Amino acid sequence: MFYREAGEYRTSYVEDGQTFPIAFDRWRYYLVLAVAFLVIPFVINDYWANAIFLPFLIYAIAAIGLNILVGYCGQVSLGTGGFMAVGAYGCYKLMTAFPEVNIFFHVIIAGFITAAVGLLFGLPSLRIKGFYLAVATLAAQFFLVWLFNRVPWFYNYSASGQISAPERTVFGHPVTGPETEPWAAYLFCLVFVVVLAWVARNLTRGSVGRKWMAIRDMDIAAEIIGVNPLAAKLSAFAVSSFFIGVAGALFFAVYLGAVEVGEAFGINKSFLVLFMIIIGGLGSIFGAFAGAAFLVLMPVLLKNVLVGGLGWPTDLAAHLEFMIVGALIIIFLIAEPHGLAQLWRIAKEKLRLWPFPY
Amino acid sequence: MRLKLATMALAGIVAAAPAMADLVFPSLSYRTGPYAANGIPFADGYADYFTLINQRDGGIGGEMIKMIECETGYNTEKGVECYEATKGEGSLIYQPLSTGITYQLIPKMSADGIPLHSMGYGRTSAANGKVFEWVFNYPANYWDGASIAVKHLLEINGGSLEGKKIALVYHNSAYGKEPIRTLEELAAKHGYELSLLPVDHPGQEQKSQWLQIRRERPDYVLMWGWGVMNQVAIQEAANIRFPMENFIGIWWSGSENDVLPVGDGANGYKALNMHLPGDDFPIYEDLKTHVYDTGLAAGAGDQAGSVLYNRGLYAAMLAVEAAKKAQEIHGTAQITPSMMRDGMEALVVDAALMESLSIPNFGPEFDVSCENHGGSGLGIVQQWDAAAGEWTQITDYIESDKDVINPLIAEDSMAYAEENSVEMRCE
Repeated sequence: MFYREAGEYRTSYVEDGQTFPIAFDRWRYYLVLAVAFLVIPFVINDYWANAIFLPFLIYAIAAIGLNILVGYCGQVSLGTGGFMAVGAYGCYKLMTAFPEVNIFFHVIIAGFITAAVGLLFGLPSLRIKGFYLAVATLAAQFFLVWLFNRVPWFYNYSASGQISAPERTVFGHPVTGPETEPWAAYLFCLVFVVVLAWVARNLTRGSVGRKWMAIRDMDIAAEIIGVNPLAAKLSAFAVSSFFIGVAGALFFAVYLGAVEVGEAFGINKSFLVLFMIIIGGLGSIFGAFAGAAFLVLMPVLLKNVLVGGLGWPTDLAAHLEFMIVGALIIIFLIAEPHGLAQLWRIAKEKLRLWPFPY
Repeated sequence: MRLKLATMALAGIVAAAPAMADLVFPSLSYRTGPYAANGIPFADGYADYFTLINQRDGGIGGEMIKMIECETGYNTEKGVECYEATKGEGSLIYQPLSTGITYQLIPKMSADGIPLHSMGYGRTSAANGKVFEWVFNYPANYWDGASIAVKHLLEINGGSLEGKKIALVYHNSAYGKEPIRTLEELAAKHGYELSLLPVDHPGQEQKSQWLQIRRERPDYVLMWGWGVMNQVAIQEAANIRFPMENFIGIWWSGSENDVLPVGDGANGYKALNMHLPGDDFPIYEDLKTHVYDTGLAAGAGDQAGSVLYNRGLYAAMLAVEAAKKAQEIHGTAQITPSMMRDGMEALVVDAALMESLSIPNFGPEFDVSCENHGGSGLGIVQQWDAAAGEWTQITDYIESDKDVINPLIAEDSMAYAEENSVEMRCE
């Protein structure tokens, strides 16, 4: 009724090709942005920032990054944790070596460093595919974690091997370090999320994204129609690693403030981000957000309900949490193997016909 | 319906109101995951002591204790979530029982003004109260532990470790890396050769490390392990027939749960401790009357008397004594986190106090001051008797080598102060 194309007349190519062709969708998108930028920063507190919004936003960036590689280009990667570590350690080295440069640029440069590393570990993808590639990226995961544990230069020779973020400011407001106001950290991450999601969305519907998808669907056919697999695969690795590197830098600098590579960027992280995009939906930007929200918010919600609401013992609640989240993952995937994004798509299709679905 | 909602809201307010008046002691515990075997007894002991104080004494200075438990799974992300979730409740002190979470919380809690007590773990240089206003790690820290172990070996070897080989098997994290610098300094001083064998989280896979030990034949092996890593290491040592009396664990690698799975093979294994093992203290009678028999025991209630349960009791006891001190200093029963900090800084634990708390000679005597947040740095060595199934104390309290440790603490804390532009206190 209110969600439909009927009555919308587009008179230019630009209008026809916009991301949200339906007016209702467009307004919803503007509303979400307005709430995110103009409402949440005024009501957010430490708990909401540190337990919910920061992890959600940062994992969303990582999930978008991995989705570009796995969902759009079809190259399975288990190296996400390692690449996040590159971003985090890159950011740390830059923060301590050039304290006068704005943290914003450090995060961006850390992304580029990760892109270079990702490019390097993407080289095997030209020869190997599928599960074999997954194993090759798994090697990247273990090698990078080992490297950051082994070489003291990366953690500035600190006795504990931990890296901790010194205070850095943007427009005079600290965004890293303990004095950070929750709204500052939130806005800092939000800007990255919005810009990167916008970039990802436009990359994936342009010629670059079409080449990636051609490679994903059938690489030999793609090569025959003129897609260069070297350029396509490596660009997917580079862009994906850039996103993941930015996520790693924010994860370390803004969210946790101090990390230990083995614990924060272990293989679990790789699987977590992979699960996010599988549950959210491969090959969808919205899916990355949905998956990140599901896996970040669900455990926190369950914990608050079971322990805070019902007063159950914490260990029982923690075990139940695993079971419930696990069961929900299975139920969702059985109900819709293409993830939450597909559910969203179906809902929109239904909405178009509503209330007269023939 | 509306009436029902209103009553519920009212009930909520009524229930919340007295809660505000309680003294809140959060417990960031872990009863799940690869470190649960060690996390459970500590959490039980911590909870039971507070229950005892509430039941027997009616709280601290007439104020009841409210303990909020939050499961961290030894994971730093969950630890942060737990901290943010509980700090608004008026939490007086945090004891996260995890070096990783401690590192995370040091800057946050210093900014929020809540004291952090990392008892025998965490950042060693937090012992320097001039730099770390809100962080305490009494009664002893990792570097004390390293030095105590080396002193024990010196004693066994008639005062010289010249030409001996010592291997350190450690959890490859901030926790396990802490003692390395001290052990290296001590190696230079006493002329032993140190080799380092890191074990990655969670520590179930240690075949290669112990193969290396088998090949290199070190005279002694020290261990900085935690959780499932302890059991595996002791099992592997037994498998390669490493002489158990030459294998010494830090105080976090010396509980019943670490040695029992290995059976007789673990006989003779040594570990440090910062308090006495066993349940031969009058406090256990009180615990039985007021906690166990009334069905208020935390968890499954089967950990009483174990080493880490005792440590949980000890941690809670130190927190309660600091709270009493704070009430005394500020003349109010309703203390705030910053009053709690003053109490911790003025804490004096002596034989008379421990006697009065029905735990005679349980821990070392120490006092905390503005400069010294690290206590006296004393520890004992205990040995596992597999046949009797108990730890026996084999040395008196050994004092650590302060000549080596104090300069290291000064150096590391100054580096922190410079990095974070902290102003010196106590001057």
